Order: sequence, then structure tokens, then C-alpha cells
Amino acid sequence: MGNKRKRNQALKKLQLSLPDFRRLCILKGVYPVEPKNKKKVNKGSTANKTYYYIKDIQYLAHEPVLNKFREFKVFLRKLKKAIAKEEPGTAQRLEDNKPVYRLDHILKERFPTFIDAVRDLDDALSMLVLFSTMPQTDKIQADVVKQCKRLSVEFQHYIIASKSLRKVFLSIKGVYFQAEIHDQPVTWIVPYQFCQEPPSDVDFRVMLTFVEFYTTMIGFVNFKLYNTLNLNYPPKLAGEYNNANSVGYCEESELEDEVLSALNQNLAVTVQDDDVEVDEFPVDPDSEDAKAQEASKKELQEMEKLKTLFSDCKVFLSREVPREILVFVIRCFGGEVSWHSTDAIGATFDESCESITHQIVDRPVQGHRYLSRYYVQPQWLFDCVNRCKLLPVEDYFPGVELPPHLSPFVQEEEGDYVPPERQAMLEEQREEGTDSEMEEEEEGTPGEELSKEEKNLAIMAMKKKDKRLYDRIMHSKKKKRSEVRKLETKRKAYDEAQSKKKQKMTR
Amino acid sequence: MGTQRVMKIVRAIRNGWIKPKKDEKADKPRYYLIWDKEDDQTKPRHNMHIPAPKMKLPGHEESYNPPPEYLPTEEEIAAWEAMDPDDRSQNFLPKKYSSLRLVPAYNKFIQERFERCLDLYLCPRQRKMRVKVNPEDLLPKLPRPKDLQPFPVNGIYCKNKLFMVYKGHTGAVRCLAVDPLGQWIASGGDDKVVKFWEVCTGRCIKTLQCGGAVHSIAWNPNPSLTLLAIVVEHKAVIVNHSLGDKLLCAATDELIESYTPQGEAGKESGVQWSVANEEDYKNGERLVIKHNKVISQITWHGKGDYFASVVPQGGNKSVFIHQMTKRRSQCPFKKAKGLIQRVLFHPTRPFLFVATQRFIRVYNLTKQELTKKLVSNAKWISSMAVHPKGDNLIVGSYDRRLCWFDMDLSTKPYRTLRSHKKALRQVTFHRHYPLFASASDDGTVIVCHGRIFNDLMQNPLIVPVKVLKGHKVQGELGVLDCQFHPSQPWIFTAGADHLIRLYT
Repeated sequence: MGNKRKRNQALKKLQLSLPDFRRLCILKGVYPVEPKNKKKVNKGSTANKTYYYIKDIQYLAHEPVLNKFREFKVFLRKLKKAIAKEEPGTAQRLEDNKPVYRLDHILKERFPTFIDAVRDLDDALSMLVLFSTMPQTDKIQADVVKQCKRLSVEFQHYIIASKSLRKVFLSIKGVYFQAEIHDQPVTWIVPYQFCQEPPSDVDFRVMLTFVEFYTTMIGFVNFKLYNTLNLNYPPKLAGEYNNANSVGYCEESELEDEVLSALNQNLAVTVQDDDVEVDEFPVDPDSEDAKAQEASKKELQEMEKLKTLFSDCKVFLSREVPREILVFVIRCFGGEVSWHSTDAIGATFDESCESITHQIVDRPVQGHRYLSRYYVQPQWLFDCVNRCKLLPVEDYFPGVELPPHLSPFVQEEEGDYVPPERQAMLEEQREEGTDSEMEEEEEGTPGEELSKEEKNLAIMAMKKKDKRLYDRIMHSKKKKRSEVRKLETKRKAYDEAQSKKKQKMTR
Repeated sequence: MGTQRVMKIVRAIRNGWIKPKKDEKADKPRYYLIWDKEDDQTKPRHNMHIPAPKMKLPGHEESYNPPPEYLPTEEEIAAWEAMDPDDRSQNFLPKKYSSLRLVPAYNKFIQERFERCLDLYLCPRQRKMRVKVNPEDLLPKLPRPKDLQPFPVNGIYCKNKLFMVYKGHTGAVRCLAVDPLGQWIASGGDDKVVKFWEVCTGRCIKTLQCGGAVHSIAWNPNPSLTLLAIVVEHKAVIVNHSLGDKLLCAATDELIESYTPQGEAGKESGVQWSVANEEDYKNGERLVIKHNKVISQITWHGKGDYFASVVPQGGNKSVFIHQMTKRRSQCPFKKAKGLIQRVLFHPTRPFLFVATQRFIRVYNLTKQELTKKLVSNAKWISSMAVHPKGDNLIVGSYDRRLCWFDMDLSTKPYRTLRSHKKALRQVTFHRHYPLFASASDDGTVIVCHGRIFNDLMQNPLIVPVKVLKGHKVQGELGVLDCQFHPSQPWIFTAGADHLIRLYT
């Protein structure tokens, strides 16, 4: 039987119902495992069964929340009885002493160090962002949505304050963001701002259990992150916000939250500390260390450049662009941003402001155009961030056909298809690299390459096991190659059609 | 409220049945610094923990404005929609929007998140070790074929190179035999003739009408006898080809006629010896041995007096050993052990190899006992050849295998090569060079270098050196027979496309 137990055995041992067991598994992060040899653990049968580690089951058995579940069951029974007996006093008293549980200790158990928690942020963030946009229904309570919204705004404020956003990508599913927190890449996806109809085939109880844990997790992570930046938690705005326009916009008690979620204000800092400059250590200029240091220094410079990418830009957003996403991106790279004060709360300057350098528009025609600024489409911002520099605005003017928006997450390997735009980008980067340092490319000695016939003969002499592996590798390579070829021919056909069209136009 | 009632409540509170309302302010703050010490020594719950894999990051095709080559064509869209959702490589169709304002909400966003949640807590996790293998490293390190020359190379499309095609048969050439000096070849086939060819010129010297399809042909290994054995359906015929030295031919005829019948001759049932009739005698036929059933193969002993024939449907009388000079036959086995495919004499010792469908039995003929049983692992053996030194054996099978047995090593194959794409028809060894070849229905002949070392500790070296192409496949049949030249590194192949080829 080894170190695993079937699920039903686990249920029997824990004396739990299946839904409660699942809830506990979600909260504790317990997952089934695939046995190495199915036959051995299942008395010779290979039927699909779910197995858990015995240690995990024991770990669930000692969980304080397990008792709370049982208490809650008793509480519900008592409450039902009290209501049935028409004893409002007893019911009230029971309600007051409703058993509540906290997940702090589970969080600490699951993530012993902070880095562990940061590594697992991806799913938590995507989930909270999704729930912060959900409508309130009979299954989703308003305070859950509110809590999610608050936590995701807090997190975004941290990203802005620490300037740790690295990559952004506009996909058809939503907008991907990638930040670097404590040297760990954290990626999350934000859906486009539309009201989502909750689908019927989704079990919201499961998702809400996840959200329950994730809110605890993100809350503590935010606390820790704010702490590292010496920011107040819960966040406070740095400057007093008093805008005449906000009067009557919302209730006085909600004002601060609303302004906070506009993301357009800096946060109050508890202690101001000086930036620590990296001291230079004298090293032998020819050694490996020196090169590594040089490289890291260069990277650091690059990073600094990226962090202040939009610092010279003053951006104004038109009402048709997705404001929250763009404000977040611009503010992360040090830009100033505002919008029509009638659109939303938190606008800092007006459209007529003379010092505006860029206005983000998404309509081909504008009513009134100021000559002192560039009118660009939103993709310009995203491409700038991914290329780490301000791109020429000409390609992004309103009404112009945009250049393709490429994913910054693709790491090209040998044999992959690289679109021509990406190829140009890579070459540009390489040129920049070779400007400063001469690359010495060592010509590989033309090794004794096997001819095709000799290779075929060698394949014949292969052992069966090796041959199968070899065939599988070759098969996958062939498949990949054919896909690449397909894309290449498609591109070629497109380019030809495009040039023909151009010729016709000129004629 | 009465005193009793008050007392009841007091008792309930004392005993803890009723709990006073909790003070909310006494609780801990909602969030606090949970990871306060940097070097926290809390251990993870067990060391088998497998972290959940992160979600795949999006590629260019997921962009709202992808490069045009990623956009699917109409056929691709139809194919994607027809596919089962689980089989799709992507769960979305790439689409291009001319501006960000036009991008709609993604309708499966919540479902995808939900599926991710399910994966996180329901999907069994398993740690998989993925070793990155360079396929070039998997290729065995073998000596290069160039260093293993000579072997037959040229067959077709070569200029100024010696090779030969023997044309003349009108049916598939089933069998082929080379004269022990390498001057002549004889071939027989479905067109009911046996043709004699001169090797160097490619001329057909002589044609023998047989009156039946020729299934096997064997040249007498004794160079002083100008004889060969031919199988025509259920007759085995000894033919004096009368090529070459006239004196030798006459001496051979004399030897055959010097037979004086003895008392016990012809005792063996199932076989009948007779002298060829007048007409056939002129053509060269000397002796005819009639069997009850169709013969599949005939083979000579190294000395050239004894020969063996195989009658697959003969039941317990499937193998006969004949002695030419005494015109005597005997059936060495009382019981049939499986369907016999091939028999072969050991080149130096009194052993007989008998191949049934799956096993090869080695009999000692003088002691009259079974010495060894080799297990081939093949489903149906088609052919067999023994190394001139006699310690190694190769076996070809209809299930595309070629097994090399080292009889000193084990009764299992030392190496099995699965390099042909279709059934093997014939395997053969070269008499002097360390070469062996296999002919197959896929129309190719693969020549391998098979070197045996005198040092017993060293295993044989087997390297495929050449794939000979040239024969066309006709009606599922490709190359039906192949024989090496006795002294040169040349190979003759007989194909179902009516041709015989010589590769040099």
C-alpha cells in the first residue's frame, strides 16, 4: 500500500462528508497524487482511483478548522431548532456566538517563508481580480466582491510604488501583467471590463472556497509587501484629496476607497529612507567575475531605464479606452495620467492642460485636436513597455493599421517559428549588444558530420529502446517543423497579397 | 422574571451552556506580519510536496492583434470546431481586432478559472523527470562503413562502375545459385525454366525447361563435380550443367554411372530414385528423386556427396538426407517437431540445423542426438545461414527480424536487427569476407559487416554498411534470393521483377 491512501479510506478516517473534505483540501492545499505503479497500490487493478499521501491525511486530521466545521454543523442544527421553536432570543444568542475560523495558521503552514507565498501568487491574483469584477448574486455575496476589489487595488498600489511591473500583453482573453517581486516573476490576467454573466456550469462554492483562502493570502502578502516599502497598511493617500468634482460623486465614507482605487495618487510613507547605492568592488577586469558584474550592472541600468520609461510623459485618457488598465500601466513606469473628471473620480488635470504630451484615443476621428500633443492608440503604451523604450508614435496614430502586438512571454528556442516583426526586434537588440562589446564567435570546427546514408545505417543498428526514443523525438521534431513551415507559407502568401494590393493602388 | 429563571440562566452561564457575546475588539487584527523573521525554520509539511505547475504563458497567437500568419483559415476553423474540446491544442481561436475598443469580453474566462481551480485540488500530481536527450547521442558509436570496405556498393545509376543486370526470365526469379568458382550462376523461377548465366558477360548460356516452377536450386560445393540440384515441385533433380571443363563433366557423368545397386537400396518410403529419361538426359538431367509432397528447399553438404531436402507437408517425413553416389535416402527424424522451414549442414562438423517456425534445433548426426535448441523470438522463420566457421548463425523471419546467434554465447539471439520494412526472404554469409546480407520483400538488400573475433571474450561486431536498392516490388514480393560471390565482395540478387542483379 505504500505511503498513499484511497480517497474513500481517507473520508472514513476523517469522518467527513465529501464536500467538507474537498473544502478542507482546498484550504489546506492537499492534492491527490499519481502512484508510480497503479497495479501495486490497487491490488492488481488499474482502475482510476484517487490517492492521497498518508501524511497529508494525517495533516488534515490534526487541523483545528476541522473541528470548526463540526461546530458549525452543530450550530446550524441548534439555530434551526431555535427558529422552529420560535425562540428569537436563543437564535440571536447563537448567531452572536457563531463559530468563525481563521486561516492564518494554514497560510503559515502552506508557505513557511514569504518567497513560497510569492511563488504561488499567480492563481491567487487572477482569481481575486476576476471576483472583484463579479456581480453580486445569490451565490456571490457583496462583501466578498468588495474585499477582492480592495485587495487587488492594494496590490496594484504596491506594484506602482515599487515599480516592479515588467511585461504587459493584450490578449483576446484579457490583459496579462507580469511583475517581478523579490526576484520571482508573478503573472496575472485581468479580464476586460465587461459585466460577466456567471455561467451555470461553474460550481461557485468551489471557487468561493479558493477565494476565501486567497483573500487571506493576498492580505498577508500585501501587508508584508507594504512593510518592505515602509508604506502604511491599510494604505493611506499621501496628499489630501479634495476635488470639487468629487462632491456628490459618492458617500463621504466611501470617498477614500474610491480615490484609492483610481490608482492616481501616491501612498503615504511611514519612514523615508535613502536609496542604498551598490558599492563597487574592485575586481580583476579580465576575470569571469568582472564580466558577470558588468552584465548585472548593465541589466540594472536597463531596469532603471524601464522603471522611468514614461517619466517624461503626461498622458491624457479619452473616455473610450479601458481606464483602469492604462492608468496602472502608465503609473507603473512613472508617467502622469489623467482623464475627464466627469468619467471617474481621481482626475488630476484637465484635457486642456498644455503640458500633456500624449493623448490615448481609440476612435479614428476626434472632435477637437490639440496640436501640442500626440494622439496615439492604446497599443503604443503596451508595445513601449515590452520593448523597454519609447517607440515612434507614427505607427500608432488613430485610424492607422496597427503593427501586430506580440507576446513578450515567448522565449524562442531553436527551430521555433519567429514572426518577421519579432525577428527584426531581436536583431535590433543584438545590434545594440554588439555596439558596446565585440562578440567573438568561435567557428565550430566542421566535425565529422555523418552523411544521410550513414545516419540511416546507424539508425538500423540502434537498440530497440533507443530506437523508440529516437523515433519519438524525431516525430515531434517533424511535427514542429511542419507547423513552422505552415506558418511561414501563410505569412509568405499574406505578404504577396499585400504587395499586390499596393501595386494596384499605385497603378 | 422569577428568581428561578434567573438562577437557571446563571447556572447555564456557569456551566458554559450559554456563552456570553464575544468581544470583537479583543480579536487579533485581520492582517499582521506573519512572516516576520527572515530565516524562519518552519519546515514544509513533507518533502514529497509537488508544487502545482504554473499556467502556460500566452504566445503570439493569443494577442488581440496577432501577426497575420496566426489567423486560422476557414478550413482550420471548421476543423477546430469539429474537434472534441479535449483534443484541441488551443482552447480559443486566434482573432484579429483592428482596435482595442472592439475587443469583447472573453466568454470562457470564468470557466477557465474554474477549470484551473479544479486542476489545483482534484488533479493527481506526479513528478516527471524529463531528460533532454540529443537525438544524435542516441546513435550508436560504430565504425564508419567507409572503414569496413570492401562490400558491394554499385548496382544502379553508377557510371564507369562494374555492375550487371541479367535479363531473360519471364516470371519472378525464385532462387539463385553461384558456382563454387564464381564463374557461373544458375537461376530458377516461376517461369518453369532454369537459366545458366556467365557472371562476367551477363549472357544466358543455357536454358533448361523443367515443366514446373523452380523453388530451390543448389550448386554442388565440390568444384570437381559439375553438378547442381534443382527442385521442381515434388521432384529433386540432379543436373550436370556441362559448363566449363569438358573433362570434369565427363568425370562427373562417370561418377554417377558408376553406381551399382545394393540390396537394401530404396528401402526408405516416400522417396523414389530414378535415372532421367532419354530426352531429359540430353538436357543434362541425370537423377530424379521423387518425393510424395512438394519440396521447398534443397541443400548440399560441404563435401558434395550428401544433400538434404525439406518437404514441409511431409508430416514426420519432412526432412530427407540423400547420398548421391549410393542413391540412398534416409529420414533422420521419427517425429515431426513443428513445421520445418529450412535445414542446413554445418560447414565443418557433422551437425544439421533444422529450423521450424520459431526454433532452430541443432542435431549431431553421428551421435544421433539433439545438441542444442536455439530460440529465435521470431514468429515465423523464413531463412537461415551459417557462418563459414560454423559458430554463428543468422536467421531471417517473415516478421521482419534478422537474428544473429552466437552459439557459444547463448541459445538466444545475440543481436536482433529490425531494419527491413517487410518480410525477410533470404539471408546469406560471404565465404571469405566478414559480410552478410538479407533480402526482403521491401525490395532492398541490406549488407552488414559481421566480424567475428578469434578472442572468445570479444563479441561479434555487427554494422549495417549498405542498403542496396534497385529491385521493384511486384505483387507484395521484392527480392526473393541473394547469394554472395564465392571470392569477390559481390552479391547476386534475384527479384520478383524478373531480374537478377549483381552489385559490386
